[in-house]
Amino acid sequence: MAEAVIRIEALFKAYDTPAGPFPALKDVNLAILPGEFVAIMGPSGSGKSTFMNILGCLDRPSEGRYFLSGRNVAELGKDETAALRNRTIGFVFQGFNLLPRMTLADNVALPLVYSGIGHAERRERAQAMLDKVGLGSYADSLPSRISGGQQQRVAIARALTNRPSLILADEPTGNLDSHTSQEIMGVFRALNDEGITIVLITHENDIAAHAKRQVRFLDGRIVHDAPTQQHEAASC
Amino acid sequence: MLGAMLHEAWRAMGANRLRTLLTMLGMVIGVGAVVLMMAIGQGAQYAVAQTISSMGSNIFVVLSGYTSAGGVRSGSGNAPTLNVADANAIAELDGVDTVAPVHWGSVQMVYGPNNWNAWVQGTTPSYLDARSWPLADGAAFTDSDVRAATRVALIGRTVAQNLFGDESPVGKTFRIGQAPFVVLGVLAPKGQNLEGRDQDDLVVMPLTTAQRRVFGTPFQGSVRQILVKAASAEAMPAVEKSIEALLRQRHRLRDAADNDFTLRNLTAVADTAAETTRVMSLLLGAIASVSLLVGGIGIMNIMLVSVTERTREIGIRMAIGARERDILAQFLLEAIIISVIGCAIGLVLGVGGAALANQLAKMTVVVSGSSVLTAFAVAAGVGIFFGFYPAKKAARLDPIEALRYQ
Ligand SMILES: Nc1ncnc2c1ncn2[C@@H]1O[C@H](COP(=O)(O)OP(=O)(O)OP(=O)(O)O)[C@@H](O)[C@H]1O
Ligand SMILES: [Mg+2]
Repeated sequence: MAEAVIRIEALFKAYDTPAGPFPALKDVNLAILPGEFVAIMGPSGSGKSTFMNILGCLDRPSEGRYFLSGRNVAELGKDETAALRNRTIGFVFQGFNLLPRMTLADNVALPLVYSGIGHAERRERAQAMLDKVGLGSYADSLPSRISGGQQQRVAIARALTNRPSLILADEPTGNLDSHTSQEIMGVFRALNDEGITIVLITHENDIAAHAKRQVRFLDGRIVHDAPTQQHEAASC
Repeated sequence: MLGAMLHEAWRAMGANRLRTLLTMLGMVIGVGAVVLMMAIGQGAQYAVAQTISSMGSNIFVVLSGYTSAGGVRSGSGNAPTLNVADANAIAELDGVDTVAPVHWGSVQMVYGPNNWNAWVQGTTPSYLDARSWPLADGAAFTDSDVRAATRVALIGRTVAQNLFGDESPVGKTFRIGQAPFVVLGVLAPKGQNLEGRDQDDLVVMPLTTAQRRVFGTPFQGSVRQILVKAASAEAMPAVEKSIEALLRQRHRLRDAADNDFTLRNLTAVADTAAETTRVMSLLLGAIASVSLLVGGIGIMNIMLVSVTERTREIGIRMAIGARERDILAQFLLEAIIISVIGCAIGLVLGVGGAALANQLAKMTVVVSGSSVLTAFAVAAGVGIFFGFYPAKKAARLDPIEALRYQ
């Protein structure tokens, strides 16, 4: 069996609050293999985003171990986790989070700036990524000039531009109408077909249906973890 | 990487142009003030240094007349207490380089239709040596002129201009009263002295000529002052003591009696003047530096606002792989660019202001390369110093908190 992209063992996360520590994740165990497409579901406040932030090396667990591509993240320094976010992980956010003053091409090229890649190559790769998500002709537009669905495509292009092996998406369709949501999910599925591992959070069953595996959180614990039912039907 | 960062800094500054310009204005004013004040301060120091070197170095002046701690008691116009013999005796002292007895007064001079009232110094040829005063034209009079009391004169530039206009004065004859005087030479210009008097408005002639043929003093051989040049700066304290002792002895003053002469160390006066201008120029610089400091605080203020405004952007950048040092560098670079551009503009305005002060107020100004370099270094330093805290604050943000910031 291939080495897991993500392996979580006995993970706890407690937030410090004025009322004392608040346990947001309790004894979470999970392994995700290369090429998987996992939907994380659960009611509001169940700990999905907390979990995702830890997966993305933006936050650290209070207890337990997290291996990303076999490396124990707890042992990495700040610059090393920054490098992981830069090269290994691609983030897609609910609110798109494009930088408003930059052209779409510059937004998409931004991760490459932090990899120290030169101007010409940045430009070329950003253009290729925009072409891939069908927005090649908007390279020099500002984010405010395009629709939400288009912005999310650009955000996906940005997440892909440094060729990560893992995409993390926290409610990527949360701000989009159902038609556009389906389009975006089509993009994710195409990426997954190329072999990229995808983990996304969603509240909606018809979004989760695009994934191959569904994990459900409740009160900081995983209460359900199974392959998607009727996966073939949903893909039609 | 640097190219991309410069580009981004430029874009961020351009996004809020008015604010960037106002922040820059703080630096412009600060640097402009420092450059202008340094130019004026250094100019004043330069002017004083020029004046001091025009005075001649290591010079004492012995003035005729009683003094007390309160100052000159007996008017120097009364019976002179110094004479040529005193001067000759001083010349024999150890550590004395040159001595020139001087008898002076003011006279009305006439050349053709021109009239001019000038200061006459009757003295010996060593006078020019003691004051390190070269001739611009012609030749000096000699000891034989002094012995024969010939009617010859050296004139300063101001006299030359007012009496002779465009003509070359050397060899020309002017009159004092009815007596004709031949101009032997023209003195090199020296400008103003420390009291602001024009040193070039004077006539130098043999001592005997002044005494007998111009002023007709009733006291044979008396002089109003003796100029003494010491051999070196180190010799001056000893020379001062021995001159005083010698004159007291020669004038037969009892122990309790006051000096009937005044001994002034011109070098000490000059040092005081130089020190005064130095302190003044430091003070000007210090005051101007305060405005630079205020400019720096302005940068810090705006950078803090900018970090807060761009918290979300910082979070996004961190999420896609920016390291702490990338964020730090981004904000630091912005602060440095603002301060360096502000500095460049301030420099231009400061130098322009100095040129204007020179043109309009006839001030001596000195803009040295070192003061320009200092201004640039200080501006970059101000950018780094005042930009560092906000930049560090940005770099230390928690990515999750930053992403959540609205
Ligand atoms: N920074 C924090 N400090 C304190 N408590 C927090 C913090 N972030 C989250 N929590 C709490 O932790 C719990 C889990 O939050 P989390 O954001 O992971 O939920 P979620 O499953 O993503 O919810 P949603 O579907 O609404 O996004 C919630 O009860 C929340 O109030
Ligand atoms: Mg959430």
